[in-house]
Amino acid sequence: MGKPEAGDGQAGLWRLVPAVLAAAAFLWFAGFVGPVSRGATPEAVLPWAPSLGVEFSLRLDGLSLAFALLIAGIGAICLLYAAAYFRSDPRLTKLLVTLSLFAVSMLGLVLADDVVTLFLFWEGTTITSWILVGFDHERASARAAALQALLVTGLGGLALLAGLLLVGGEVGSLRLSGMNAAGDLLRAAPIYPWVLALVAVAAFTKSAQFPFQFWLPNAMAAPTPVSAYLHSATMVKAGVYLLARLSPAMGGTEAWFWTLAPVGGLTMALSAVWALRQPDLKMMLAFTTVTALGMMTMLIGVGTPEAVLAAMCFLIVHALYKAGLFLGVGMIEKGAGTRDYMALGGLRGALPLSFAAIALAALAMAGAPPFLGFVAKEAGYAAAGDLAVAVAALVLANALMVACGGLVAIRPFFGPVRSPKARPADPDWALWLGPCALAMLGLAFGLAPGATERALVGPMAAAVTGGPIHAHLALWHGFGAPLVLTLVTYALGVGLYLAADRLRGGLAAAEPRLPRTEGWYDAGLAGLTAFARAVTRRVQDGAMTSYLRRTFTAFALLVWGALLLGQAFRWPSLAAPPDLIDWTIVILIVLSAGLVLRTTSRLTAIAALGGIGAGIAIVFVLYGAIDVAMTQLFVEILVVIFIAIAMVRLPATGPMPFRPRDAAVAAALGIGIAAGTLAMLGTDLDRFMTTFFETASYPQAKGRNVVNVILVDFRGLDTMGEIAVIVIAGVAAVAALRAGRGALR
Amino acid sequence: MEVTLALLAGFLVAAGAYLMMSGKLLPYLFGLTMISNAANLIIFASGRLSYADPPLVAPGETAVAAGAANALPQALILTAIVIGFGLLVFALTLTYRSYYVLGTIEMDHMRAAEPPEGQG
Repeated sequence: MGKPEAGDGQAGLWRLVPAVLAAAAFLWFAGFVGPVSRGATPEAVLPWAPSLGVEFSLRLDGLSLAFALLIAGIGAICLLYAAAYFRSDPRLTKLLVTLSLFAVSMLGLVLADDVVTLFLFWEGTTITSWILVGFDHERASARAAALQALLVTGLGGLALLAGLLLVGGEVGSLRLSGMNAAGDLLRAAPIYPWVLALVAVAAFTKSAQFPFQFWLPNAMAAPTPVSAYLHSATMVKAGVYLLARLSPAMGGTEAWFWTLAPVGGLTMALSAVWALRQPDLKMMLAFTTVTALGMMTMLIGVGTPEAVLAAMCFLIVHALYKAGLFLGVGMIEKGAGTRDYMALGGLRGALPLSFAAIALAALAMAGAPPFLGFVAKEAGYAAAGDLAVAVAALVLANALMVACGGLVAIRPFFGPVRSPKARPADPDWALWLGPCALAMLGLAFGLAPGATERALVGPMAAAVTGGPIHAHLALWHGFGAPLVLTLVTYALGVGLYLAADRLRGGLAAAEPRLPRTEGWYDAGLAGLTAFARAVTRRVQDGAMTSYLRRTFTAFALLVWGALLLGQAFRWPSLAAPPDLIDWTIVILIVLSAGLVLRTTSRLTAIAALGGIGAGIAIVFVLYGAIDVAMTQLFVEILVVIFIAIAMVRLPATGPMPFRPRDAAVAAALGIGIAAGTLAMLGTDLDRFMTTFFETASYPQAKGRNVVNVILVDFRGLDTMGEIAVIVIAGVAAVAALRAGRGALR
Repeated sequence: MEVTLALLAGFLVAAGAYLMMSGKLLPYLFGLTMISNAANLIIFASGRLSYADPPLVAPGETAVAAGAANALPQALILTAIVIGFGLLVFALTLTYRSYYVLGTIEMDHMRAAEPPEGQG
């Protein structure tokens, strides 16, 4: 271990556990390379929601395996790196736990064969990414970047779920492998354009394609190991993975090509230019990541076996060199104190390991032989073939990557020594081990393109095209168009490197005048907030009468809705028409209620209220409900007394002008209630419970008053609850009356 | 009579709702009482009505004689009346209390929980 730092003692060996687990997973997956390259596709299925056709199913084919190896392998490196990078930081535990959760989600994403399983893990990566981007949550900019990443990729997650469920409905299988087998059916279906659009939105948001590219550079608010792992090597490739995964189901159409290729090409070219604008090495790498994702998207859109092979090869290359570069820039930052290459220089003697790792990775990025990057670039040129625009965009993007490779590998390490730290030095082994291993791997793969193709890239491409690949990777393709294009690329790249400072100045000057798609996000978010505020202001105006009005209106709508949409209305029988006594009582009640409505005298109102209660008590008496009538009378008397007491202490209400709007609402509600009650009376009465109580009351509960027996015996617990409610109301009332009484007077 | 009671309940609900929307404390309580009464009437009517004997088991019998009033709605109403009373008393103390704390009987002027914008 290196020199001890503050707080080193509290961090034990446990912090290496996630890295060791990831390494073990890597080795485990590595064991599958042989079988899968021979065509095996191991599966694991657990029933989940069988009635919905949803399973928890995992499937390992060439594409999934290559991704799993990248996720586990680079995961091990980044987890080790993070453990060292944050060794004295109290947030280390949180970082390692979240990173591990992300790794599990990402593995699930690439292994899932079921749509719902895929969505679950897809959202898992979105959420862990949100937490990790906002890791420095005290910084407002980090929080904003985290929210932006969450909203943009969350939108894509919803599109993914909708799109894949539509596909599932069309082909009758929620298995991705089932969808891929039913590609012809899907491509001919009328919903195909919609599905394609939804899947494209999911992929473009996740993989930062135009016009959603802005969130990825902003996500660089995350700490270096997070950026290296999530935002270059793995998560941002999930969109590319999705497109590759669904290629057999959806690819090969005009629409597929015209959706993916132009967006990918545009993203690639624009972000490559913009990478030159960044003086911060990490930001520059972020933009070249967008470039690389655009390149993969474009090649998958082209969709020929050559293009797919090139895309898959480049995917591996990029994961290796870009993770290495990010980690290497983190080493520079740790060792020399800044990531701004304008403030760095001449450090190759002081940081030899950083220099070695970055130089090798940058050569891979520039596509220099004999690195695998060279193989991938040649394959890309060969695949683009006679698509002139695509070739031009590729040359431009690759040349800019040469220039960026130069900036990251040359500027900090050559020239006069410049460093914010007084004594710059390489950080300890846990930081340099990973980047150096990645760089060596990139070189090793390039030296053995045949083996790489057989073990990794070939099975990947076969899974994407849905059949064996006849194109081949090679270091030396002979003299031809690709070689010429490569030489043009190098020349252009060197020129751009030499002009980098001037170009950066020019781009910086032009930046404020250029349109930004991020502005759409800002405007959308602002619009959403404004909309929410307007709705809240309107719905929640703070006036209690409007709340009541809305409550009653909603109630009336509910009642009327049930009446109009429910069963056919049946008029209740009028077998027993009301006689004189009934009419008398009803008129008494109606008049009393009318008096309450009309009077301005509080005393009259209270008396009339008592009249309503008394009238209802008489109804109870007449129709055989003696107990109820007695209770009603007692309660009515108490109500009148209490209101009278309160009235004495409250000021007069004053005149109440007629309010037509409230009257309309009240009338709608009242008529609805009356109609609803009539509709209820029109149904047949089920006397089952009544008969039970009538016959069981005496034999079982030894009580002759059935109503009482129901209350105190059959429904005794209910009654106890009711008593408790009354007690609580009484206690609360006393408390409300007594609280702070001294202060009030 | 059920039909008449249904119309009466509708009328009481309408009157009660109108009073509750008046925005003054006492009419609000009156309206609450009326709606409470209307609900009891609806439950009562749902058991169907006749000039019937109360549901009592006569001495020497083991079951209620045929033609007695429906016991089930009565038990429900008894509960409802008492709960409604509890609710009303609590609302009454809140009314009284809010008048003393906030100094108004106009409900729309009670803005302590949601102050008008600009006065937050």
